[in-house]
Amino acid sequence: MNIMTEQSLENAVGEKMSAKSNEVIKMRGDKVGVFYGEKQALFDVNLDVRLNQVTALIGPSGCGKSTFLRCLNRMNDTIDSARVTGKITLDEEDIYDKSIDVVELRARVGMVFQKPNPFPKSIYENVAYGPRIHGLAKRKADMDQVVESSLKKAAIWNEVKDRLQEPGTGLSGGQQQRLCIARAIAVSPEVILMDEPCSALDPIATARVEELIDELRQNYTIVIVTHSMQQAARVSQRTAMFHLGYLVEEGATDKMFTNPDDQRTQDYITGRFG
Amino acid sequence: MTDISMDTMARAVAHPRRDIGLKGRYAAERRFRIYGAVAISVGLAFLAIMLITIVSKGYTAFWQTTVTLPINFDEKVIDPSNKRATDPSVLIKANYPKLAENALVAKLGINPDDKPMIQKLKGFLSEGARVQLRNIVAADPSVIGTTRNVDILAAANLDSAFKGQIDLSVEEARRKVSDQQIAWMDKLKADGAMAEHFNTGLFTYGASSRPETSGMGVAIIGSFYMMVIVLLLALPIGVAASIYLEEFAKKNRLTDLIEVNINNLAAVPSIVFGLLGLAVFINFLGMPRSAAFVGGLVLTLMTLPTIIIATRAALAAVPPSIRSAALGLGASKMQMVFHHILPLAAPGILTGTIIGLARALGETAPLLLIGMVAFVADYPKTPFDPATALPVQIYMWANEAERAFVERMSGAIIILLVFLMAMNITAIVLRRRFERRW
Repeated sequence: MNIMTEQSLENAVGEKMSAKSNEVIKMRGDKVGVFYGEKQALFDVNLDVRLNQVTALIGPSGCGKSTFLRCLNRMNDTIDSARVTGKITLDEEDIYDKSIDVVELRARVGMVFQKPNPFPKSIYENVAYGPRIHGLAKRKADMDQVVESSLKKAAIWNEVKDRLQEPGTGLSGGQQQRLCIARAIAVSPEVILMDEPCSALDPIATARVEELIDELRQNYTIVIVTHSMQQAARVSQRTAMFHLGYLVEEGATDKMFTNPDDQRTQDYITGRFG
Repeated sequence: MTDISMDTMARAVAHPRRDIGLKGRYAAERRFRIYGAVAISVGLAFLAIMLITIVSKGYTAFWQTTVTLPINFDEKVIDPSNKRATDPSVLIKANYPKLAENALVAKLGINPDDKPMIQKLKGFLSEGARVQLRNIVAADPSVIGTTRNVDILAAANLDSAFKGQIDLSVEEARRKVSDQQIAWMDKLKADGAMAEHFNTGLFTYGASSRPETSGMGVAIIGSFYMMVIVLLLALPIGVAASIYLEEFAKKNRLTDLIEVNINNLAAVPSIVFGLLGLAVFINFLGMPRSAAFVGGLVLTLMTLPTIIIATRAALAAVPPSIRSAALGLGASKMQMVFHHILPLAAPGILTGTIIGLARALGETAPLLLIGMVAFVADYPKTPFDPATALPVQIYMWANEAERAFVERMSGAIIILLVFLMAMNITAIVLRRRFERRW
């Protein structure tokens, strides 16, 4: 019963949106379900990710938003027991199709994790690793160029340009996270997935990363999972609310935070549960 | 006022300090600390007793008594009929001990015709003098007819006497050196002709029935070959198996079973591996007995579980965030393992390997079964030649009765312990140096 309402609601919202705007759908989830062994963690999620927009996924812990995010670049493949049903497309191509190579997919859909996880190597190596394994910069000069531009795009170049050979793990938490963003940018992805990128950062570092996300939107499509309502409101254009493995509702961020359709969204964003 | 004080008093009575058993708790803690300290002291005491016994018995093995004698390479003794130009075997068969005896007789000022006196010289110099002098002549036949100072090994009993290990208060007939020999020894000592030198022979000689010419040369080479074989085989196989099991294999019944079996194999008594080696490598595959190669294979089997367990632990200790980071960038699983996981796990793998090697170095039982407990006098040129190993050499010397062999056994134990300690310290240093914290 519940599923029916949500779905029809979602469909209605989707139709309304696509009717009134010509925004390009970059990624589309169609009845996405995820099972961990026997347990189903995600139920029939239909969600569109629009080109050059920031889509925020919100909801209480364990609601499936990270699970959905990890489906978008098939990181769930690394969990033996995980099984994904439904269909997810990237530029209208089914990313779970046999013809799609998961390595290539992850080069197109990059990811930034909750905890900053730079490799215990130099700052330069952290950024250069992706382009190197994908053969994007063959010569040293090209690689230097890629590293510099990635670090600049991630707004960390000025802080690290004099110590590129120092270990990335020696940076502060906020710097590490921006380094991880630079690392993700370096392989020129089309979509960047961010899984609570600021949860381990202090407010100042958070503000910097949020600014950065807003800048990155010009060139990339971003999906961000966050526990912070304010952050979702600040950085995203679209917001999707998850609850207990279901997509409750999805829509323009302004509307979601001022006049949500669903009572649960209303309760969650006003802090009545979650 | 009174009301208030009454009130406070009432409250004090109503809430006396609760007995929460603090005294008992602290007493228990003190007792526990004492138990711990006692346990450690007992352990240390046993260790100290063991080390003191071994070192006190064994340190003298590193010194060897020699007698410096002006040896006259007398042609009349070596080659009386002057046939060496046509028959080189003359130089091999010559009566070299006679040369040493003549020199000693002259040195001690004994009348060369006093046969009974000369008879008493028997057992003063080592029989090894024969080989020693023969080697000099074989290396340079022109030495014949000249006189040269040579350090001749003293016989084992004289060596013991010189080191003061023989109780001279025992009546003469019941000890191994005669009063006359002691007198000569003192004379030579006063001369400076008889003295202790560092015992290089302990490291270079092979097996011998005479303590003074027996050493661990063959055992050291045999152990070295085996360690190289174990390292070359066990490390790659163990690491490859661990990477497969830890990173690639699906977690299911089969891999669980394999894991349980590997853990069990690590606990299998080593003699069982020896039996396996005997049955498979020697009886079935027809490999040579007593060879370091077979020993290496058996020790590889024995070391593999240790290395696999250590490597899997090291791989599992690499945080998942590094894996996610690599995979999230589009690295393939193999790139993830070889670019990130393996370098981070390397210190742990190395430590495990060294500890496994150290265990293999000290292993005796399996080697006994594949025939490495042999009397091998010549250096093994390849791992396929007969050889012994350090712990086996200790075992063989432990079976000998002579005082000088006991000394050598303790010396060999010291050397083995030094090797093991060096390996373990290397492991600790590597772990400290490359340990990473996230």
